[in-house]
Amino acid sequence: MIERVLRAIRAPGALVLGVLVAVAPMLTGAGSTARAQDLTIAVQGAITSIDPHFHALAPNANVGAHIFDRLVHQDESQRLIPGLATAWKTVDDLTWEFTLRRGVKFHDGSDFDAHDVVATYKRVPWVPNSPSSYTGFVRPIVETVIVDPFTLRLKTAAPAPLLPTMLSAVNIVSRKAVESPTAEFNAGRAAIGTGPFRFAEFVPNDRVVLSRNDAYWGDKAAWTKVTLKLISNNSARTAALLAGDVQMIEAVPSPDLQRLRANPQVTLHRKTSNRVIYIAFDQARDQTPFGTDKAGALLPNNPFKDVRVRQAISKAINRPGIVDRVFEGDAIAAGGLLPEGAFGASPKLKADALDQEGARALLAAAGYPNGFAMTLHGPNDRYPNDERVLQAIGPMLSRIGIDTKVVTLPWATYASQASAPTHAFSAMLFGWGSNTGETSDSLRALLATPSREKGMGASNRGRYANARVDSTLETALATVDDVRREALLFEASEMALGEAGIVPLYYQVNTWATRRGVTYAPRQDEYSLALFVRPAN
Amino acid sequence: MSVFIIRRLMQSGAVLVVMSLIVFFGVYAIGDPIEIFISPEADQIERERAKVALGLDRPVWAQYFAFVEAALGGDLGRSFVFNIPSMTLILQRMPATLELALSALALGIVVGLPLGMYAGYRPNSIGAKAIMAGSILGFSLPTFWVGLMLIMIFAVDLGWLPSTGRGETATWFGMTSSVFTVDGLRHLAMPALNLALFKISLIIRLARAGMRENMLMDYVRFARAKGLPMRRVVMVHVFKNIMIPVVTVVGLELGSTIAFAVVTESIFAWPGMGKLIIDSIQRLDRPVIVAYLCIIVLMFVIINLVVDILYSVLDPRVRLSEARN
Amino acid sequence: MAGTTQSHSAPAVETPLRRFCRDFAESRIALLGLAMFAIVLGAALFAPLLSPQNPYDLNQLDIMDGRQPPMTMSMGGFTFWLGSDDQGRDMLSAIFHGLRTSLGVGAMSAIGALALGAAAGLVAAYFGGRIETLIMRIVDIQLSFPSILVALILLAVLGQGTWKIVVALICVQWAYYARTVRGAALVERRKEYVEAARCLGLGHRRIVFGHILPNCMPPLIVVVTVQVAHAIALEATLSFLGIGLPITEPSLGLLIANGFEYLLSGKYWISFFPGVALLTTIVSINLVGDQLRDVLNPRLQK
Repeated sequence: MIERVLRAIRAPGALVLGVLVAVAPMLTGAGSTARAQDLTIAVQGAITSIDPHFHALAPNANVGAHIFDRLVHQDESQRLIPGLATAWKTVDDLTWEFTLRRGVKFHDGSDFDAHDVVATYKRVPWVPNSPSSYTGFVRPIVETVIVDPFTLRLKTAAPAPLLPTMLSAVNIVSRKAVESPTAEFNAGRAAIGTGPFRFAEFVPNDRVVLSRNDAYWGDKAAWTKVTLKLISNNSARTAALLAGDVQMIEAVPSPDLQRLRANPQVTLHRKTSNRVIYIAFDQARDQTPFGTDKAGALLPNNPFKDVRVRQAISKAINRPGIVDRVFEGDAIAAGGLLPEGAFGASPKLKADALDQEGARALLAAAGYPNGFAMTLHGPNDRYPNDERVLQAIGPMLSRIGIDTKVVTLPWATYASQASAPTHAFSAMLFGWGSNTGETSDSLRALLATPSREKGMGASNRGRYANARVDSTLETALATVDDVRREALLFEASEMALGEAGIVPLYYQVNTWATRRGVTYAPRQDEYSLALFVRPAN
Repeated sequence: MSVFIIRRLMQSGAVLVVMSLIVFFGVYAIGDPIEIFISPEADQIERERAKVALGLDRPVWAQYFAFVEAALGGDLGRSFVFNIPSMTLILQRMPATLELALSALALGIVVGLPLGMYAGYRPNSIGAKAIMAGSILGFSLPTFWVGLMLIMIFAVDLGWLPSTGRGETATWFGMTSSVFTVDGLRHLAMPALNLALFKISLIIRLARAGMRENMLMDYVRFARAKGLPMRRVVMVHVFKNIMIPVVTVVGLELGSTIAFAVVTESIFAWPGMGKLIIDSIQRLDRPVIVAYLCIIVLMFVIINLVVDILYSVLDPRVRLSEARN
Repeated sequence: MAGTTQSHSAPAVETPLRRFCRDFAESRIALLGLAMFAIVLGAALFAPLLSPQNPYDLNQLDIMDGRQPPMTMSMGGFTFWLGSDDQGRDMLSAIFHGLRTSLGVGAMSAIGALALGAAAGLVAAYFGGRIETLIMRIVDIQLSFPSILVALILLAVLGQGTWKIVVALICVQWAYYARTVRGAALVERRKEYVEAARCLGLGHRRIVFGHILPNCMPPLIVVVTVQVAHAIALEATLSFLGIGLPITEPSLGLLIANGFEYLLSGKYWISFFPGVALLTTIVSINLVGDQLRDVLNPRLQK
């Protein structure tokens, strides 16, 4: 017996093949074939809870959007559209009035009205052990008034023009579930929403199974059963699609784009994202830990405090090169905080073109005719191609005389070292996705002077500070009139980016891939919503 | 023997304390968990609230003692990100990992032992040389690379096997496993093979080395001189002696197989606990990391104990009581 | 290692070294392995001289040179014989330098772990009692941690870097050596010859290193070869998981990990060629190790 087997085998590779060749055909015949009404989507990030208020995390919000509705929804371009509220308006500067949709039923058959909304907003800050809550989204509300079951007034302490946008992130649960802890949601007993899908099963770190809500108030889904399957490994996600195990994948990895484009079995769906990737520079310290001369000695002055140095770095970066070579074209060179067309995105903010002469001149004017040396830090597991982008930027800066060392770290280590109070780095790569779809929250988080009391600059890791930017932004945040607010946001972002408070690199492009016969309406907000996955005609 | 076992268990208790200390403080050295969990939009007030909610505002020592107090009552804490008891999370996924690891080891023994014995029995034959060359290759191929190649060939190009995930499960004799369904086996084939490749090579080498040494031993000559057929000498006497290193290594390898399943599990999206621990480390979900290590330590202690006992049974020259003095 | 040619010209005295060399050269495959290893070692040692480009110097890379197939002309005027990776790194240069890193990491960690582990195992087996209990408990603690997990946590705490990964690999591997040596030595210790040596009044050191250790060699060599290969694979795995060596100074493992995202899109060369180099390296080490084991095993000597 052994001899016989051995004669056939030369190497374990052949052995592997031999065993599988023997076993595989026996097994393939009897596989369960998925019904046409079933849809499986491979998602990238782990879903940590079915409780829509437990953890403010994109994958959770994605599942939540299947089971629940918000007062206000966002369409694929993040414009506000009616959800459980059919209309909303300001009664005065401090009061918003929402008209609620009639005839909506929860999955358990009970009727929806304003009491559910009030109960939900009360639940949000209550959820125990929440690692990151939605409290910030309802904090402006100081009083709720139920005018009638389908008219709700929300009062705020200060003018809150962004309230409908903020509430578009908060899922409405049944009033029966307000005191249910997170475990009740995960078990399904409290996961009662009004959304297009009912909750069926949650296996942490593996999958969420949903079934269609046939009583949904809006367009009904095309699928009776939907599985959101976690496949975090990039290549495995592509492989699952190519093998036909899943009908759609999100976050298509750039290296696979070429192959997928050429595959007739696969369709790609792309849309510019609301996420900008940028470099932040330490502008707070007089000496910065990674700004040295070429011999490695700390520079007497922090070079990044000089606006000319930051501008020179921006001009040294070949953004189209990064877009083309690293992203296979699926990114857009950035000069602002949000892509053109977004609310508050100034059309004057264009991406800096590659200009090595200009960059060298700026460096010389700043007192570094021979350049200096720096280390650029960044994550290696957070943003698509983060590591590749960082490696590409290193040589670009070196060409204008700034000897650049690139250090990449896992996000767990990187983020805590880069942030307050450690502030260990001098130049660092980060990304920012605007949930509101307008530049106010980008400015507020990234470029406003950090202040705990005002809730400003929470992610301003370089600690750029400009009092005029702050005051313009604060005025904008309290301006209810959209036209005036947008003008103020233009002004604030032009000021801050004109000084290269951060250096934007590119906007991401969200890409989904589907099997032939399935189509998706791609979204700016990165969500993979089964409601908008349709059989192709 | 029982004294030996009790002493072993007490020592394991000490191991657990040391370990949990290392992990508790190690996770702090890695980074601030809040930075991982918190939504990027959160302001400073929200960050402080989350810190208090998770008990991370207290000094590390206080947190550690709170953990020990709860652990003594059988509560290993709740996951920061799932808000589910860590034990539940891990135990949910343990069957999948054990299934994968045991299938891989079984594959390793079933394939490796006969090949290795043959290679040791006829060391100069072409077959033996091919086996050894093969085993060397098996050692040299990186697991993740092989895994991807398998997916590329069998799932994408040939379309024979599903690329990822665990198949349907069925329950037989109170055991729920995917080995009992065809769909389950189809899903298991590639990950198990991927994980087994290294084990096969290892067992081939051990069996061959054992075979060659034992064949030169006096007892083999005596047995032959007594007129025992070669088949019986090899299958009974030599086999028993070869089993000593093989049992030791397979026993030790069970643990490492479970741990190395991490890589296989991430490639094949196999919902096991190795995948859970990698994800938890990346998320700095300390309660899960600590609970995982506690469970793993316990598992290893048991494995080592069993290996030691088997070792003494198989080789009477090593007596437990004497070895421990 | 030129013992073979001398064996017939000067047959008069057979020193142990000569016998060893002759025995070693008996296997042509082992000699082939040795030759392969010599080439690999040469490529690693002279990498800076052989490489058309310094792949660790980011400033020599141009992203516009990225992902070129083999035999393409680079913008720098030399040929990418084996293609280039996504950053425009010449694969041939990267492989030479990667060999250097991988071999260095493997060798340093093996030497460190062997010294530490063998010493601990011998001491434990020979002296027994409290010392043995203590050492073996530490080994048990070590083995209670899955090796990949120890390395994972250590590296996350230590950060990235060549020396850090060596330290992590030593911490991971020493216990395997200790356990193997102790297991073998335990059997040896009970044999008559040790008893006899004791009765003759030989010192501890002489008995341990002169008599017990050589008899522990066969299993130890098996473990060394296994572990060197293992060290290199583990380093690759850690890099695959994103916490190994820094991406700017890739080892072979990292090159493979880096290229594997491109495998599905047909850009095989980014991980294929480093894979071949890695295979060659480990295979050659294992071939040499195999023969060494056969030659050194006192029980196999005719």
